[in-house]
Amino acid sequence: MELIIEGIRKAIWLLITLDPEVLGITWLSLKVSGLATFISLFIGISLGTVVALVRFPGRRIVVSLINTGMGVPPVVVGLFVTILLWRNGPFGLLEILYTPTAIIIAQAIIATPIVAGISLASIQKLPEALRLQILALGATRLQMIWMLIKEARLPLLAAVMAGFGGVISEVGASIMVGGNIRGYTRVLTTATVMETGRGNFDVAIALGVILLLFTFCINAILTGVQQRERPR
Amino acid sequence: MSDTILEVRGLKVSRGGVPVLDIPELTVAPGEFLSLIGPNGTGKSTLLLSLSGLLKRQQGEISFHGQAVENGGQLLDYRRRLAMVFQEPLLFDATVYENVAAGLKIRGMSRRSIRPVVEENLSLFDITHIASRSARKISGGEAQRASLARAFATNPELILLDEPFASLDPPTKESIIDDLGHAMNIKHTTAVMATHDRMDALRLSNRIAVMDGGRIVQIGHPSEIMHQPVNEIVAAFVGIETILEGRVKGSSGGALLVNINGRDIFCTGDYRTGEEVICFIRPEHVTLFPGEYMPESSARNMFGGTVTKVQPIGLLYRVGINCDFSLSAHVTQQAVEDLDLKPGRQVVATFKATSIHVIRNPRY
Repeated sequence: MELIIEGIRKAIWLLITLDPEVLGITWLSLKVSGLATFISLFIGISLGTVVALVRFPGRRIVVSLINTGMGVPPVVVGLFVTILLWRNGPFGLLEILYTPTAIIIAQAIIATPIVAGISLASIQKLPEALRLQILALGATRLQMIWMLIKEARLPLLAAVMAGFGGVISEVGASIMVGGNIRGYTRVLTTATVMETGRGNFDVAIALGVILLLFTFCINAILTGVQQRERPR
Repeated sequence: MSDTILEVRGLKVSRGGVPVLDIPELTVAPGEFLSLIGPNGTGKSTLLLSLSGLLKRQQGEISFHGQAVENGGQLLDYRRRLAMVFQEPLLFDATVYENVAAGLKIRGMSRRSIRPVVEENLSLFDITHIASRSARKISGGEAQRASLARAFATNPELILLDEPFASLDPPTKESIIDDLGHAMNIKHTTAVMATHDRMDALRLSNRIAVMDGGRIVQIGHPSEIMHQPVNEIVAAFVGIETILEGRVKGSSGGALLVNINGRDIFCTGDYRTGEEVICFIRPEHVTLFPGEYMPESSARNMFGGTVTKVQPIGLLYRVGINCDFSLSAHVTQQAVEDLDLKPGRQVVATFKATSIHVIRNPRY
């Protein structure tokens, strides 16, 4: 118990004193996971919308793959990205393994199926006649897709939350492709794992509290937008 | 100006290899209000979707103002000259104003030029007072008004209405039909409406097409459809409850004597003696009198019979009479009380020879 209280005290101290190392780790976490979520939104919403709207052979298999991808373990993603970016791997020439870019790639791969799966469900849930109605209003195919995405915007915010929540909290892929290099690729989760391993529970708890606060604030903002009163 | 706004030739649509629509020819004149009526599943909505270009046709041609409507880029230009309203209002999760503006935004109009158009159409459908409300928080009637206003806002040359009143309660429906009729007159819009309610069609239409099994089985003036159906399916759908098969017993100068189940009925028509025919009698054309005495009536047909059933149908009652053939009459509650109509009651039923529509029996 004393350990936990000490940890929370330390966390508050680190936050109040704006510890430069903690701030750096927090900022990198935000940047990396934010960018990965943004990329996953672009790819995931596009993929989810196309699969929801277009009937093609093998569509069921694609839907199954997306659903499977929603639960893929981050360490597996970490392993494959590491192999791909390894010195002798297919993308070894890029020399981006153990860089923040590698973490962004891995996290985007983790979040994309989550966003795609939720987008697919949200767009599919809209009445089919709405598509016809939009086209009957004179919309082009692109305008129709954009209007459908706008119509499903509230469930799509859940996709943002789930995608961001999935990547900000993962540790396996970040540690494998980022290497937890101090001041370069160390993010909140990898730092927490390291401090726990070293027995620095107070710092680990402090980092954990920051991570919790961080995810809570972002999700609170998104929930606020999602639940806000619609026009009277 | 062309005398047709829309022309359809040889239109065929199949679903899963099963033909669902077969329209050899259909034309719509500018300013006309054409209603497609028929039971559910007869291809009315499929025809509307084909006309709108939203459903790919396997075969056939559609011409708009004499120009062939083809797939591809031109289809967008075509769709932008039409509007379509569905049974469900299908409004967007936005304010009523934004919904009415949707079609104009799609056309890339500026906010400044959109405003007066939206305001005009909100007013046309009496929904100005709810313009700023969320479309999710308005009643079904208000939502359908918004949907109609959204369609009219784009100033369509042709408006396609797919059962637009089917989900509305009767008073709301009445009031929206009035507003739609008013909007049609003001904007001189041409309309094609699918409905399973013949009364809606009668209120608004210049012409009615009756559909069955993906085909138009009869098209014409509402009065022609209601009083001169071409077959039993059309007759049943337009509310003719007495359909009698018989043989022409005598014919002279357009007057016919038809024998039905041993009873002779006076009709009018150009048929030869011995021909098998079908007689249609509208229930409103049958008058009932007490069975105790023979009434004074100018009607040529007068039959004594027994009441078999008395059923309320809204404000009227449907009375079934057995006079060696089954006859159906619609009477008021006052008549039910005055004549003491109940099963087993003896009555005299009269109807004019000219009120009977006769067709050749296709089974012979």
